[in-house]
Amino acid sequence: MSKPKVAFFDFACCEGCQIEMTNYGAEPFLELLRHVDIVEFREAMTETTTEPIDIAFIEGSFTREADRARLMEIRKRAKTVIAYGQCACTGGINALKNHQTDYKQFVYGTDSDMPHLDSKKAYGVDHVIKVDYYAYGCPVNKYEVLQIVSHLLHGKEPVIPGYPVCVECKRRETVCRFDEGDYCMGMVARAGCGAPCPAAGIPCEACRGFVDEPNLPAFEKVLVERAGFTPQRAAEKGRMFTANALEAS
Amino acid sequence: MTSTVHIDVHHLTRVEGHGNIVVNVTDGVVETCEWQVPEAPRFFESMVRGRHYSEVGRITSRICGICAVGHTLASVKATEEALGIAISEQSRKLRELLKHAENADSHVLHAYILVAPDLAGAPSVFALVETMPDVVARALRLKRLCHEWGSLIGGRTTHPTTVVPGGMAEVPTDKQLEELKQKLVAAVPDVEATVETVVALAPNIPAFDRPTEYVALSNDENYAVYDGQVQSVLADGAKQRYRVADYRQVTNEFVVPQSTAKYTKNKLESYAAGALARFNNNDDMLVPEAKQAAEALGLRPICTNPYMNTVAQVVEVVHSVYDSLRLIDELLDAGVRLEPLAEPTKHGSGAQAVEVPRGILFHEYEYDAGGICHGGNCIIPTNQNHNNIQHDFDVLVPQLLEADKSEAEMELALSMLVRAYDPCISCSTHCLDVKFVR
Repeated sequence: MSKPKVAFFDFACCEGCQIEMTNYGAEPFLELLRHVDIVEFREAMTETTTEPIDIAFIEGSFTREADRARLMEIRKRAKTVIAYGQCACTGGINALKNHQTDYKQFVYGTDSDMPHLDSKKAYGVDHVIKVDYYAYGCPVNKYEVLQIVSHLLHGKEPVIPGYPVCVECKRRETVCRFDEGDYCMGMVARAGCGAPCPAAGIPCEACRGFVDEPNLPAFEKVLVERAGFTPQRAAEKGRMFTANALEAS
Repeated sequence: MTSTVHIDVHHLTRVEGHGNIVVNVTDGVVETCEWQVPEAPRFFESMVRGRHYSEVGRITSRICGICAVGHTLASVKATEEALGIAISEQSRKLRELLKHAENADSHVLHAYILVAPDLAGAPSVFALVETMPDVVARALRLKRLCHEWGSLIGGRTTHPTTVVPGGMAEVPTDKQLEELKQKLVAAVPDVEATVETVVALAPNIPAFDRPTEYVALSNDENYAVYDGQVQSVLADGAKQRYRVADYRQVTNEFVVPQSTAKYTKNKLESYAAGALARFNNNDDMLVPEAKQAAEALGLRPICTNPYMNTVAQVVEVVHSVYDSLRLIDELLDAGVRLEPLAEPTKHGSGAQAVEVPRGILFHEYEYDAGGICHGGNCIIPTNQNHNNIQHDFDVLVPQLLEADKSEAEMELALSMLVRAYDPCISCSTHCLDVKFVR
């Protein structure tokens, strides 16, 4: 039996999630190659393919119409599509500009009307095509990615946490950021990362997006009452990685 | 002489981000010879507006997945400059150790995974798994080591967590630093083998010289990666230093009339940033082991062959490993402890620079009294190199035609030239230059 064909594609992003693939070390990576054939991965290989693909990892956001056809073509060839990293899942950090109207003028000045600088609001790739599974995070949790691939190879449904990051902080006995005089988004942020940020002394910024039904009014109230935020800063706090969800709520 | 060539490399592979190479030669006349950058722009300088200073480094880290550490450091340093925050000696050393980890990490990735396949005549590292299994295993071992090295100090390597305005939010224990030291010492044979592999592949590095200006951070204490002034060196060895605050005098971003492309230049028509620029500016500050590696690899200042940038990167891997051993010893001698973060003492604007794998990186921000950001400017090394790559193309293409190279050979030579710069195109596209000929 031939090995499943896996390909990586990238859109507007920093490509850091692709880089995470190189951080496993020799054994896990070479083991992975024993189970799948990587047939296209522009950042690492010259070979490309027009053949059908079993698993397509798509990294990056949809930010311009010019990318629509390429996304649809990938969807047509791929049995399974995985949105790989937060930019592909929800628009990620790229959506932080979605509420602004003058971002092109601010960065490009008088050149901003040139057609190649076309950039609309940033969305996850499911704005254009159907996505089968989501590997959340900025960057992805590379061990969760291995687990997703492993589940798919075994014909099982990958399990993605729907509970908040607070659960993972409790599990690893991290002192709450609010008790340290800081703020945190952990209470409304999707877990699955292992909560490394509060453990490293910084707040969770919800880089895996919100839990399925975040209580945002209560979250803003906590930011104001316990972290001393102005109401405006509290209302805009969620924009960093969750701008599209904030807009939809 | 080759008289007709049509090269159209759409989305060059084995580089970070999206770039195209277009060369059209008809009857010996070069009609088009362009390095193009069609990456989707992302508008980071606009995104940081209205964000609190504590968030800005975490946002601009996301400019690049390979040099996320460098963007975080440049961003946090610029924020500290703007807000009058002075960090401790321990924080500075930890950040320098982190900077070394990133440079080594990225150089290993570039030399082994992006460049080595060209020198070994293979399309990708995956093809080398069968033919050069020891080399691939060594590459993955070194890559993992650098990842663990950076993660220990930075929390993680892709978008580090611990570097925050005022110092370090988390520090390693003495025991963890001891373990890192042992890992680095244990990796020395792999580092030496890397030099040997590149020595063996070096005859396949194209011979091409185009003297240009080389710009890098420089200081009088060490081979500058974290701190220093901006320094320029020309092929004749003439050096000049500039204050980082005056970086715009060096970068001189300008628009090319026929393309409205933003380029940078200083004394000549273009300049280069990156490992070769650092080596040409600061080779006398390398540790002895790195100087020996440079000697073995035939790298001498002022080297004007841009393909040798990868060789300079390998020399820097050696330097980063040994200089980090020194830093770890100094940190252990003093004893590492978690320190309170230094507080802002003023507000306003500030610019800072660090040396990221691909060269000198500038960040600048302006903050109000409430610590809210009103705008930023980031000038990225790849952006500074685009113009130099174009000028290399302009000289290289006629030489290749003269040497009777086939279209395929030319395409490979041009692709390898771009790869040698290790461009980080996602980074550079917040102020990108694009020329569409189709």
